[in-house]
Amino acid sequence: MIDLVVVGAGPAGLGAAIAAAENGLKVCVLDEFVKPGGRLLGQLHEEPDGKWVNGIEEAQKLHSRAIELGVNILCGVSVYDLIKLPTGWCVYTTDKTIESKCLLLATGASETPLPIPGWTLPGVMSIGAAQVMGNVHRVKPGEKGIIIGVNVLSVAIARELQLCGVHIENILLPKPGITSGDSANPEKMMESLLRLTHLAPSPLIRFGGKWVSPKLGARLFPKNGFKMWGIPIQLRKTALEIVGEKQVEGVRIADISATGEIVPGTEKVIDADFVCIAGGLTPMSELAAVAGCSFSYVPELGGHVPLHNEYMQTNLGGLYVAGNITGIESAKVARAQGKVAGLSIARELNALKDHADEKVSEAIAQTIETRRNALIQFQPGIEEARTELHYKFYESAEKRISI
Amino acid sequence: MKSMRVNDHPVLGSLEKQKKINIYFDGQPYVAYEGDTIASALLASGVRTLRKHEDKDTPRGIYCNIGHCFECRVQLNGKNTVRACLTPVENNMKIESNISLSPTSLKGGTL
Repeated sequence: MIDLVVVGAGPAGLGAAIAAAENGLKVCVLDEFVKPGGRLLGQLHEEPDGKWVNGIEEAQKLHSRAIELGVNILCGVSVYDLIKLPTGWCVYTTDKTIESKCLLLATGASETPLPIPGWTLPGVMSIGAAQVMGNVHRVKPGEKGIIIGVNVLSVAIARELQLCGVHIENILLPKPGITSGDSANPEKMMESLLRLTHLAPSPLIRFGGKWVSPKLGARLFPKNGFKMWGIPIQLRKTALEIVGEKQVEGVRIADISATGEIVPGTEKVIDADFVCIAGGLTPMSELAAVAGCSFSYVPELGGHVPLHNEYMQTNLGGLYVAGNITGIESAKVARAQGKVAGLSIARELNALKDHADEKVSEAIAQTIETRRNALIQFQPGIEEARTELHYKFYESAEKRISI
Repeated sequence: MKSMRVNDHPVLGSLEKQKKINIYFDGQPYVAYEGDTIASALLASGVRTLRKHEDKDTPRGIYCNIGHCFECRVQLNGKNTVRACLTPVENNMKIESNISLSPTSLKGGTL
């Protein structure tokens, strides 16, 4: 039996593996993808000081450090079941069965699809799929694309696709009524875009971020949109249908009012050879459900998350979580959470020799600081939502003890 | 056909020359490069349709590209069904579109 199995070789999983292995634990990391790094691999953005953050290099640094510490990393391996043992966990994978004293789920997030008519046509893909194709595999998803869904992720990846030499015709909203959420509502989407203002080269949105309420912003929003990096972002146009016989040929669009109603007589088809669907991210927590964790629905964190405390412990003995499975945040926060989990696990296994509690507390403080300094805030109210979630964790733990 | 490869990138830099790998998709030969997945190699060669829907027979290709959606399932070397987006290419790999079921096998049934 080894000390720790980590599911997911992204920034959280590798961060945890490094922290655990630095304290002498025997660690194995599993990942379905062909190489380690997780969604960090696709990321590429410019910091406010003009320096580029290259996710592939960041992932390589984490990978090399983990290898140096003797961490065993298995790629192309899927985990399909988890069984609680009296002294740990049994992990069933497509490669072999592994037993460990502690288990960390760092499975990240999955993208929420928007089932617009025509979305199964070849050439339609999630925005993250296009990101991985371009930045990781270095293959263009197409020559001329339309992005459906206006959010932090879609605008950032539109820029990355542009750097790959792909023309992005425009970014627009999905058909009203396609989702239960706000993704078709111009006012709500303006609100989400305003959180990107510091990245925006457009004076309108920068101005908007400081002074204009989302409601007013969506109303004042020019009918033909505004441009970021030359890409039109159209909050007053909507994608009704993706058209094409054997593959994507274009998108049928129409104008919409500030509150999301279609303006009759404004329909037309614009040509494109690929379409990206950007429905946002949600924590990928199936394995936590398979293990039997308790869950809590937290909209600020992107959906249902396994109940956990600030040490990243779930309500099941020896089972920890870190990264986007605990809520949608940036890769830097995920890495910091990974360190907290790795150190907490080392403490549980009595591997943190001196000042164990101080070390863990310091890592927790670092996570909070990283969160506060994050360049991209996916949702408002993350810190408060996390505090409340931790409170719920202890409340439910007390209930169980009193039974 | 115009290459879909991003050989030069303003931030990520230029790709080094990679080893060529020969693969077959539905009997046709394609050139892939070391490090490709089945999905990236075929997309780079302009192949978008990886299979037909088992029941409706409509064309399908990659959707999520990281193994979550299973839309890119293909048959490998006449045996297992694999996800094209998670399977690295190997020399002389024989990839087939997943089989469509006969029109009568599913339609008209009740759930």
